Formats: sequence, C-alpha cells, structure tokens
Amino acid sequence: MFEFLVRLGDDRLVIGHRMAEWCGHGPILEEDIALANIALDYTGQASALLALAGDMEGKGRSDDALAYFRDETQFRNALITELPIGDFGFTIVRQFLFDCHSVLLWEALAACGHATLAGIAAKAIKEDTYHLRHSSEWMRKLGDGTAESHARVQASLDTLWRYTGELFEHDAVDDAVAALGIVVPHDTRAARWRSLVDGVLREATLVVPASPGPMVTGGRRGRHTEHLGHMLAEMQIVARSHPGASW
Amino acid sequence: MSTPALTRDELFGILEEVKDPEVPVISIVELGIVREAVAEDGGVTVTITPTYSGCPAMRVIEDDIRAALSARGVHEVRISTVYSPAWTTDWIGPDAREKLRKFGIAPPVPVEAGGLVTLTRRRAAAVCPYCGSRDTVLQSEFGSTACKAIHVCRGCRQPFDEFKPL
Repeated sequence: MFEFLVRLGDDRLVIGHRMAEWCGHGPILEEDIALANIALDYTGQASALLALAGDMEGKGRSDDALAYFRDETQFRNALITELPIGDFGFTIVRQFLFDCHSVLLWEALAACGHATLAGIAAKAIKEDTYHLRHSSEWMRKLGDGTAESHARVQASLDTLWRYTGELFEHDAVDDAVAALGIVVPHDTRAARWRSLVDGVLREATLVVPASPGPMVTGGRRGRHTEHLGHMLAEMQIVARSHPGASW
Repeated sequence: MSTPALTRDELFGILEEVKDPEVPVISIVELGIVREAVAEDGGVTVTITPTYSGCPAMRVIEDDIRAALSARGVHEVRISTVYSPAWTTDWIGPDAREKLRKFGIAPPVPVEAGGLVTLTRRRAAAVCPYCGSRDTVLQSEFGSTACKAIHVCRGCRQPFDEFKPL
C-alpha cells in the first residue's frame, strides 16, 4: 500500500514541480497563472497522498519528509513526469497525456475499497477534469494552429509517446493493493485512455507516431533519467539546508 | 485549564467570523469549508475540507480558526482535514452568493451533472457582477486564485472573476 501511494504521490509531486517551473515564464499572463494553478493542485494532491503513505508506513514520516528527504532512487514517479519542461508545446503535450491518464485513474480509485484514498480521488478528479480541459484546448489550438506550432507539438508527441506505456504497467504492487480492495484495471483503462487521446488528436490534426520504438520504463523501480536528480537538487535544497525549519 | 462549554451553534457562530483570506466577504462556514465543530475532551475539534487540494489559503485558514477560538478562551484546538465528501460550490448558499456578487465576483453557477470526463467546455455563461449582462466571454479557466476563472463582460467591457463551479 505504501509503495502504491508513493507512486501516485511522486507522479504528482514531480509533474507539479515541473509545471511550477513555468511560473514567471509563461508565454502569456493567463497561462502563467494557469500553469501555476495546475502545479498547485498536483502538489496538493501529492501532499495528501504522501501524508497517507506516511501514515500507512507507520514510521512517522510526514509528506514533507517523503518529498524532501528521499533520494532519486527512492522516487517512484513515472519517467514522463520528470522530463524537462521543453517548450510550451512539449509541456502541454506531456500534461495532456498525463491528465487523460490521471482522470481515468481517479475514476477507478474513487470507487475503491479504501475510504481515505477514495475521498482523495473523488476530490482530485474534479481538479484534473479542469486540467484536462485546459490541456486538450491547447492541444487543439497548437496542433490545428500554425505550421510552426503544429510541427512542434507533433515532435513533442513523437518524443513523449514512448513514455506513456509506463502509466499502464501492472506489477506485484498492484496485486498487493487489489487484496485491499484497490483495483485499477490497467488494460481497460489503457484502452479508454487511447480513445480519449485519439479523439483530441484528431481534432488537433496530430497523429500517434507510426514507429515510436519500445516503451521506456523504470521509474516505478527507482531507475530514472538523468533529469530527476537535477530537479530534486533544486526542489530539496532549502529543506535539506535548514532541516526542521518552519515558515 | 478549562475550556468554556460551547454548543455546536456557538462554535459555528465563532467560526462564522473567520473569513476566507482571499475572498474576505464570506466566511469559511458559508463556503462549506467547515464540516463539523465539536467541544470534547477539554478542547474543540474542527473538521474542515479543502476547496482545492493545493489551495494555499488552507494553512492560513487553520491559523485563523485557532486564533478565533483562542480569543474565546478555547486554547486546545484540533483541526482535522477530510477529503470526503468532496467540496463543491453547490454548498455556497444564496446569501453568500449575493455577497460574492456585490464584491465583484460572479457567483458559481450550479455544477453540471454529466460524465466524469467532459472535454467540451461547459455551459451557462457567467453573469457580469457589475452590470448583470449575460454577454460574457471566458478569458481563462484559471484566475487569481485556484477557485476563480477570468471573464470579460461584453456589455460593460469590465473584466471580472468568477467563482468557478466545482
């Protein structure tokens, strides 16, 4: 259960931090605000999930302890969440692919047998539905926009596609939580995810890459890209330099 | 140290004085953030629910709750956060909606029923809090705080915040 919750929490902590990197750098003021807002929602969800993980673990680790005092190999986020932000189009495509996945995941968890997790899921699905509307709107604008914007988001989609398989991987951790009444049907979710994604891609005049290559995975086992360590260094330095400080 | 024996109504009366830090015209009771308040074991337990998971005002609200109760002699305050049932703008009553409108924030329209995953944009247009026009355009789904969206009124050319339905 701890491992399952840490995966969920780390996905949102890491993608939330990446989104927050746009604060002050957004292409227009409204987007600057939107990306910061979405970052806050994801970070808030991460906080709830990691706090629950800490409770379940029973070693007295808080959400902050888990976020700031674990090293790279102890993070369990999917690799797609840790890739650098790239240009605005890259961030939007990543967000769109992740939001689609997240909404469907919450839908399954809102009905799960663990009351606290179901409560977090029922709340988060409302927020992620908003996020998905935002990211799919931009997919349409950029994909069906200028030749330049189309080419950029298509290239981002080509790069990111290989990282989507990891979001639907099933392993022993899923089996373990299934025994507790937490069932995430990855196969049917993957199919629904694909039809959600396809629907928006069609309107955005974008296509799934024909030969993307094999799926890249490893994050769930703590094997990350070279990018996560740099991100964590920045994210964790204040908490580690001043342990126990409060503000 | 003894805590004055306060009834649930009295506790809610005190909490009614705690305003939302970012929308100071309505209280956390009117917003539906306070779910329960009970005097027990020589202290008070207040159960709250966040509006948005990442709402940065929640910590301030917790401090304000402690301060308001402390001013009434209640120094042992436990705050518990619940996520279920998930907060919804449908909990904001008619009086509070009117206060929002007078403050220049369009009150939330009723939450639309429907599938969980709705990709198409809602909906009933936000009504301009300044001139009452329905001829308004959504500028951005995300506004100055997590709970607001930005609109522009075509009637009076005024940009305004809407408390977005959730």
